[in-house]
Amino acid sequence: MDNSLFGYKARETWINHTTGTAKLVGFLALTTIGMISYDTRFLVALTILSFALIKMAHIEYQEYALLLRLVLFIGLINLVMITVLAPQYGVQLYGTKHILFGSGWFTITTEQLFYEANLLLKYLFSFPLAIVLLFTTNPSEFAAGLNKIGVPYKVAYAVAITLRYIPDVQSDYRTISLAQQARGYEISKKSNLMKRMKGIVQIILPLVFSSLNRIDTISQAMELRRFGRYNKRSWYQEQSFSKSDVGMILAALFIVMIGVLLFVTNGGRMWNPFK
Amino acid sequence: MVEPFIDFQHVTFKYNAQSEPTLHDVSFQIYPGEKVLIAGASGSGKTTLLRLLNGLIPQAYQGDVEGELKINGKNILNQSLFDLSLQAGTVLQDSDAQFVGMTVAEDIAFALENDNQPIKAIKEKVVKWATRFGLKTRLNLAPQSLSGGQKQRTAMAGVLVDEGKLLLFDEPLASLDPAAGADAMSVIDELQQERNMTVIVIEHRIEEVLRANVDRVIVVANGKIIANDNPTAIIQAGILSENGLDEPLYVQLLRRAGAPVDTLPNVANIEQVDASAYKQQIQAIAEPVQSLVRNGKQLIVNNLTFSYDHQEPLFKDLSTTIHEGEILGIVGKNGSGKTTLSHLLTGFLKPSSGDIQLNGRSLLGNSIKERADHIGYVLQNPNHMITKSVVFDEVASGLRLRKIDEEEVNERVRKILQLVDLDGMRNWPISALSFGQKKRLTIAAVLVLKPEILILDEPTAGQDATHTSQLLSFLKNINASNHTTIIIITHDMHLLANFVQRAVVIVDGQILADTTPAELLANEKLVEAASLRTTSIYRLAQRLDIAHPEELNAAIRK
Repeated sequence: MDNSLFGYKARETWINHTTGTAKLVGFLALTTIGMISYDTRFLVALTILSFALIKMAHIEYQEYALLLRLVLFIGLINLVMITVLAPQYGVQLYGTKHILFGSGWFTITTEQLFYEANLLLKYLFSFPLAIVLLFTTNPSEFAAGLNKIGVPYKVAYAVAITLRYIPDVQSDYRTISLAQQARGYEISKKSNLMKRMKGIVQIILPLVFSSLNRIDTISQAMELRRFGRYNKRSWYQEQSFSKSDVGMILAALFIVMIGVLLFVTNGGRMWNPFK
Repeated sequence: MVEPFIDFQHVTFKYNAQSEPTLHDVSFQIYPGEKVLIAGASGSGKTTLLRLLNGLIPQAYQGDVEGELKINGKNILNQSLFDLSLQAGTVLQDSDAQFVGMTVAEDIAFALENDNQPIKAIKEKVVKWATRFGLKTRLNLAPQSLSGGQKQRTAMAGVLVDEGKLLLFDEPLASLDPAAGADAMSVIDELQQERNMTVIVIEHRIEEVLRANVDRVIVVANGKIIANDNPTAIIQAGILSENGLDEPLYVQLLRRAGAPVDTLPNVANIEQVDASAYKQQIQAIAEPVQSLVRNGKQLIVNNLTFSYDHQEPLFKDLSTTIHEGEILGIVGKNGSGKTTLSHLLTGFLKPSSGDIQLNGRSLLGNSIKERADHIGYVLQNPNHMITKSVVFDEVASGLRLRKIDEEEVNERVRKILQLVDLDGMRNWPISALSFGQKKRLTIAAVLVLKPEILILDEPTAGQDATHTSQLLSFLKNINASNHTTIIIITHDMHLLANFVQRAVVIVDGQILADTTPAELLANEKLVEAASLRTTSIYRLAQRLDIAHPEELNAAIRK
């Protein structure tokens, strides 16, 4: 009924049709190499690729807008903290010092800004990848994928159930919020931030209780149908690998190889334009 | 002599968290192929009984068990939850909450996945059971998107894949509308015959369950078995109403007409009971249907159009008028727009065109908070409304937020709490209240704002006859003393038949009928469109050839 809810939706794209395992392996491979590498050219390419993927997966901007803002906000706070606490880290890393402005402890250098730009790129490329993975993978398939690469199935299932309940909890949140507004808590944009925060706190309590109820019922329902009986379970949603899955994994590995090759040519994780 | 399938001997059970036992010295047997109804008011111990049968006690709820409990000749307590689940499948109460799978197919497959069966075998079984329950075309849908009846059938299929011999149903009718409930009961009946299963149904809605030809009724109250006999003997003994249960409507009618219910053969079966000797007595108590008394117009809904994003409009030019002091019932199938309409009235949703006027003034410019001063709305689930931890504070919060001085707050809250019979508990933690008490608390918290109109979404869901009648007398009271208009969204037949004055039937966003409940419940076409059922009184009138069944419907209103 409501399209603005966060989470998996069936979409007719090739990314949706690839199996959860392939997507998971691809995601892990790309984020790992991207986190290790400080080669800006490589990171820019990864960022472009991941935004292209989000486009190809037909995920609309408004579906992840809130989350993107949240991630950028946290990312920026992180960068500010680094600037305050370790303003000379860039100089240490790159071994040169091009002063932009300031002096003493707070000398801002091109190296520092360049280093922080690399960090920002890491946020920027990994976020769309995570969104693509979560929004195009059926939670049970995702769980089957996790289980296949070695995660215990109870943990995998817990992840799947959490993903599945996000929309339910969101709709509970909405109902409770409306009911509280009727009682007189103003959480619309009409009132100030402090009042809105207070109003939101009033929603959390009933939300926690209704979620706990939900968990209680679902865990009983699962036990009554023998969840946890054996060390292994089969997965109805498990997909056999098709050519496109193999293709996706190979493509991911190819990108990882490029990343590794760059380590060799750069003589380390850093690409240093200052030398 | 057949061995009993289930054998309870002098079972007493106390939860660790409680000081008193919940079950006292309970003994009964259930034989293979029997269909048994365990009936009792809330708090009677019937849910505890079910938990003992499926192994949730002692494995999920700890406590002390005394006595002997056997299933298939083996002690229940020595078996694991997993072993038990292979013998006794449980369909839990809230089918929405018990779905584990993302799709219907996965949910049906869940138990088999856990048994680590090969995928191919699982898929075959899923198709087999989905076909049996008419769900084959729905395999890839989310269970939440199904109708109530289909949800129930999905839950049943998910349990029946085990091919166990015993099926346990925990209040299977609780979240179904009357038509879907009747379907569910007939599916249960068929299954039992086709597979010779043993079926135990836990319910307090006796009327609907009796239509499924149960063999035996066990009545539980205060943790003890009050009666254990065939349905006719139970009805004849007249013990249902004193134990917080509703007698079927036609039995209520027969009693009123002075028919000797306690000796009438087959009285539990509406299709077989022979009441022809009492036809005249029954006709004599018929009451003309009261035409609606209409006071001044209060709330006018004018050409309302509404649609959820990018979808076909749910309402198109909907118009109706609600009068001051009315008790109005809004009925209709799940998903036909009942709740949406109440959300439009309270401002939770905004119409795309049309107007809503209260006492001649448009409400559309008002915020949710402003409308709440006039139109109070009580959600179905009290847990969605409660934000405080103490009873008094919960009711006071709406007033405090409106900056009313503490002295007046105190006075108004106490008055409302007395009205809902919670004043003695005003300093209690809310977590200690029962579901029914929480429901009354949320109504009080809304009423304290003195709304002119009170909207209640399924007020009787999950409440037994005793609590329902308490709630209704309280609503009647505020309706009479404060002239509060009451709008009830419901598919509870007893509530409609006994309480509501005017019924508006909404189907697919259209008002299909606007009539008295007595007439509605005697109109087969309307009843079908609204996913209700005609009353058993109507059926009795049909069998006795009585011309105006709606006048008999009207006769049992108090």
